[in-house]
Amino acid sequence: MTRRNKITSLKNFPLFFSPAIFLIVFFVAFPVLQTVYLSFFSPTDEFVGLDNYFDVLSQKEVLNIEGFPKWPPLGALIHNLIWILIHLPLTMFSGLILAVILKDVKGSSIVKSAVFLGMVTPLIVGGIILRFTFERGVGVVNAFFNVLGFEQLARTWTAYPETALFALIFGSAWLWTGFSMIIYSAGLATIPKEYYEAAKIDGTSPFRTFFRITFPLLKPMTITVVTMTILWELKIFDIVFVATRGGPGWASNVLAYQMWLLAFRDLNFNSAAAVATFLTFLTLFVTVGMIRYMVRR
Amino acid sequence: MKIRKTTVIIHIIAWSAALIWIVPFLGVLMAAIRPFPEIIHGWWDFAEFNPSFSNFVEAWSHPSAPLAQGMLNSLLVAIPSTLIPMFVASLAGYGFARFSFPIRDYIFLSVVLIMALPQQMIAVPIFQIMTNLGLIDNFIGLILVHSAWGLAWIILFMRNYFLRLPIEIEEAAKVDGASDFKIFYKIVMPMALPALASVAVLQFMWVWNDFFLALILISSPDKYLATQRIPYMRGVYHVDWGVLSAASILVMVVPVIIYVLLQKYYIRGMIGWTVKG
Repeated sequence: MTRRNKITSLKNFPLFFSPAIFLIVFFVAFPVLQTVYLSFFSPTDEFVGLDNYFDVLSQKEVLNIEGFPKWPPLGALIHNLIWILIHLPLTMFSGLILAVILKDVKGSSIVKSAVFLGMVTPLIVGGIILRFTFERGVGVVNAFFNVLGFEQLARTWTAYPETALFALIFGSAWLWTGFSMIIYSAGLATIPKEYYEAAKIDGTSPFRTFFRITFPLLKPMTITVVTMTILWELKIFDIVFVATRGGPGWASNVLAYQMWLLAFRDLNFNSAAAVATFLTFLTLFVTVGMIRYMVRR
Repeated sequence: MKIRKTTVIIHIIAWSAALIWIVPFLGVLMAAIRPFPEIIHGWWDFAEFNPSFSNFVEAWSHPSAPLAQGMLNSLLVAIPSTLIPMFVASLAGYGFARFSFPIRDYIFLSVVLIMALPQQMIAVPIFQIMTNLGLIDNFIGLILVHSAWGLAWIILFMRNYFLRLPIEIEEAAKVDGASDFKIFYKIVMPMALPALASVAVLQFMWVWNDFFLALILISSPDKYLATQRIPYMRGVYHVDWGVLSAASILVMVVPVIIYVLLQKYYIRGMIGWTVKG
């Protein structure tokens, strides 16, 4: 931030900031604090400390340790973590590979638009499309596994607890890959051509060039992609709502959906607030990491 | 010869990726334009092919959740929810770019943190506030929340844009005696039109695509937004894929058209609000 930018004076502060402050205080900041407050109180408004958090984390919809190394349902929290473990590397690397490859492809804007279509699609529609794609008979995934001879996997994925969560994860990877592809494409455009020319003259192999030049120079983009993707994975809601409703038997439940169930089905605002606060704690943890990196830079 | 081979492989990978990404959309499109019995063994089975628009007509004027009304409602919400935060956030973003006051960086930091919040974090209190204000099940309530929710990233995006504008023009106007607001309105905003276009495209799309806030704030079926109507198209005893697919396509057509027409602004907005932080 350069210091020469102080052209306007403090006396106009209200003019420029009051509309924004009004909206943010009343409809974002106050509700956030109110949610934190609710999470520490019982429905009868008695202070209960962390009891709501312990209650929520001991529900098997949220954390199902008994079932552990087996299939889902393992609880919403674990499902969110599985989501991150599969979806983050999958979308990050497919986006990166696509961005690198498409640099040298004729008609790459058409390919990019096709991949990016998923980012523009409303997630509620994305959920419908991925459910259709995994449907037995009409869906293309099952036809694919039939051709390969894996009849076990040729069924309506969203209807079975063993596969429902994975159908949603792979489907959401298809929807989100456009994000990392676009960010990495923009990053690649900032790398000077001379670097590659020099590498070529030195006879460096394409793989070595990628790992020694391209990937390190893309580090800021990688930080952005990782942060934004984890935030997206933690906030996942629409897809689950429309494709499986968290089922079958809680096998595809996630924290955001569990919060909605507690608040607007059970009308248990305090437990719902505890889930929301816990979820926000996770997202802030990720964001603070990014901010610290950017400040150091 | 070696270079040619890699070029071929790269092209094959690229175009198969395009194919993989487009196939799920094709499936839903086929389900929408063909009678369901025809596609029961896969939509790629073209033994019989009788396309029609009957599913689109049915979704548009569905007995329990007509999409025509839903699309209109979505527009009524999305347009003000785009314009209000655009203007309010431009004012604040300009303030952040041009004022200097001691706590600025902390306020700015909190704006960034707001961007990380899940909507679930405001859901319960917003529901209670809107009930108390009599704005539950009312578009005004939803517009206010969308406006406030969009502010954080628009402030950040506009502030970054304003920082790169040449300050000399503003200084000259100041010397001529123009007020701060006049400078903002007459000089800065016209220069910011490309950034405002990016903001409009992204914010409109997010509001149009939003489901959660509408779900908790809008409860009477005639006021349902477009995205809210999709889950109600599923049919009672079995999934009615024909109508459901047609409705899905109609709802996604709006953001897709905007993307195709205004791609440049969309991509710039997308990159601006993430990469440059």
